Amino acid sequence: MDFITWAISPWGRSVPIHIAWYLIWVALIAGLLFMIVHALYVGIFAAPRKFAKNDSPAVVAAVPERVPRHSLVARAFHWVMAISMFALLITAFLPKVGIKFDWVTYHWIAGLVLTASIVFHIIHASFFLDFRSIWPDKIDLRDAKRRLLRSMGKDVPPPDRFAKYPLENKFYHAVILLSGLAVTVTGVFMMKRVNTLGLFTRNPYLFGDMTWGMMYVLHGLAGVGLIALIMVHVYFGIRPEKLPITKSMVFGYMSRDFYLEEHDPERWAVEKSSPPQKGYAPSDAD
Amino acid sequence: MAVIRDVMPAFDLLQPSSAADAQKLLQQHGEEAWVMAGGLDSFDWLKDRIKKPKVLVDLSGIDELKGIRTTGDGLEIGAMTTLTEIANHPVIKAQYGVLSDAVSVIASPQIRNQGTLGGNVSQDARCWYYRGGWPCYRAGGNICYADTPVGRNREHAIFGANRCVAVHPSDAAPALIALDAKFVIQTPKGERTVDAEDYFLGPEIDITHLNILQSGDLLTAIRIPSAWSGAKFYFEKVRDRNVWDFALMNVASAMVVLGGNIDRIRIAVSAVAPKPMRLKAVEDAVHGKPADATTGAMAGNLAVQGAVPLQFNAYKIPLMRNLVKRAIGGVQEATWTS
Repeated sequence: MDFITWAISPWGRSVPIHIAWYLIWVALIAGLLFMIVHALYVGIFAAPRKFAKNDSPAVVAAVPERVPRHSLVARAFHWVMAISMFALLITAFLPKVGIKFDWVTYHWIAGLVLTASIVFHIIHASFFLDFRSIWPDKIDLRDAKRRLLRSMGKDVPPPDRFAKYPLENKFYHAVILLSGLAVTVTGVFMMKRVNTLGLFTRNPYLFGDMTWGMMYVLHGLAGVGLIALIMVHVYFGIRPEKLPITKSMVFGYMSRDFYLEEHDPERWAVEKSSPPQKGYAPSDAD
Repeated sequence: MAVIRDVMPAFDLLQPSSAADAQKLLQQHGEEAWVMAGGLDSFDWLKDRIKKPKVLVDLSGIDELKGIRTTGDGLEIGAMTTLTEIANHPVIKAQYGVLSDAVSVIASPQIRNQGTLGGNVSQDARCWYYRGGWPCYRAGGNICYADTPVGRNREHAIFGANRCVAVHPSDAAPALIALDAKFVIQTPKGERTVDAEDYFLGPEIDITHLNILQSGDLLTAIRIPSAWSGAKFYFEKVRDRNVWDFALMNVASAMVVLGGNIDRIRIAVSAVAPKPMRLKAVEDAVHGKPADATTGAMAGNLAVQGAVPLQFNAYKIPLMRNLVKRAIGGVQEATWTS
């Protein structure tokens, strides 16, 4: 079973034209399986999480009741991106599973919104936020190892609480970054092949058949990957233990109790009066 | 026309004797089945070895799909009725002349003897890049070879292009739209009736199909309501040669004129878009106006609003303007303008 659909070009060459559409179902099933397995693991097998905690009274006292986590700009970006991503997935894949409608115009408009929001996010995160806060650091990797060993019954010290973002969150961001860049970069080029109401001048000769084909395949692979990724993202967004994080993406803050339970004030400083230590992530609101 | 490369690929030939059996076979074999009416479109695909179905369902042995019957409200034409029979049918000639005019100029006499109404309206696009087996959008690929700076697109669409620019090739389709015909489809869920204009699909909805038929569906009949019986009809087909050729464009209209003014009208054109186009804006604009050259000219100008010509088919804009003008004002009244 081939995961790429091939065709013979007018010049007799075998060229890829797009992914095999059964991959839509593979992605859906993979996303569902992940959710089921994770829910069973957390609900039945996983031991309660335990973090190393040693907050001084001064540090605890300095934490406000509402810990600012996401600025209005960051939240607006997230939800604009979410809406455009859902619009893209719906317009891309419903017609492929038999629900026919005029999808192309809506798809590329949503694609442009996503592209613009990603460009904005890259600039915003690089120059106005702590760029490193979303990337794994040594403590994350050390603690991941500790958590793994503890889940296997080994006697190792408990992991530290998270910085602003848990390690899983950072990995997810990295994967969604790769797939998001793949769909947007290929998608922008693909707009040279459709009527974009005068926005782009059509030029089907921009690349050769093989390059175009690989571009469609990459766009498709990243697209079906996003089906599973978005399913998993929504799943974690509605899990009870993650709801405070989801709410913070709506209201901008999380509670003091949740912050102190899950996040290490030394790794994610929220005091507005004192600058964070090097390598530590301040709140978006800072 | 594509070069015939080889003999047909092997397939199982199924020849049901009833519409119910045919529909069941189509349902049973799904995407692997190919429906054959007169065979004129099918054999091109099969002998070119571009379409390779596992099962071919031949409808030619189903008598209930043939013939023209009078109903309480007009006529019912079996989908397997030949074009010659329709062209020569006395009631159709007398009361629904636009249909007999349309089918009598389809292809050639031999083809009309073999071709069927259901096959004519359900045939596939005639774009030579697509028929040549190239992996274009309509064939499931990711490019339109006709819509490139040097693509040969003289016969292609000026309206409704959406990645694919092929036009619908049927001559009967605009006449059926003008007559407000209903298409009867047997589906796995039962009988379904759709307006003629809703039978056809543009590439914005489904780029690989020209009509709404799904796997397991069978077009069984086309009903012509009596509402337009005896109306003033017009049909004109423009083509490169006067026999055995597809239309560069055609127009069909049905008009009821009271006191010199247009009381009711339906008008459609084909070979200008990926599906036959009913010109609803024109119908609304000419309602109540005199059926003369002035109204025709206004209608022609309105009809071409929004047309987007390709590299080699800008001639279709004045052609369409004048065909619409003649359909309303009449050939004698209308003067040709470029």
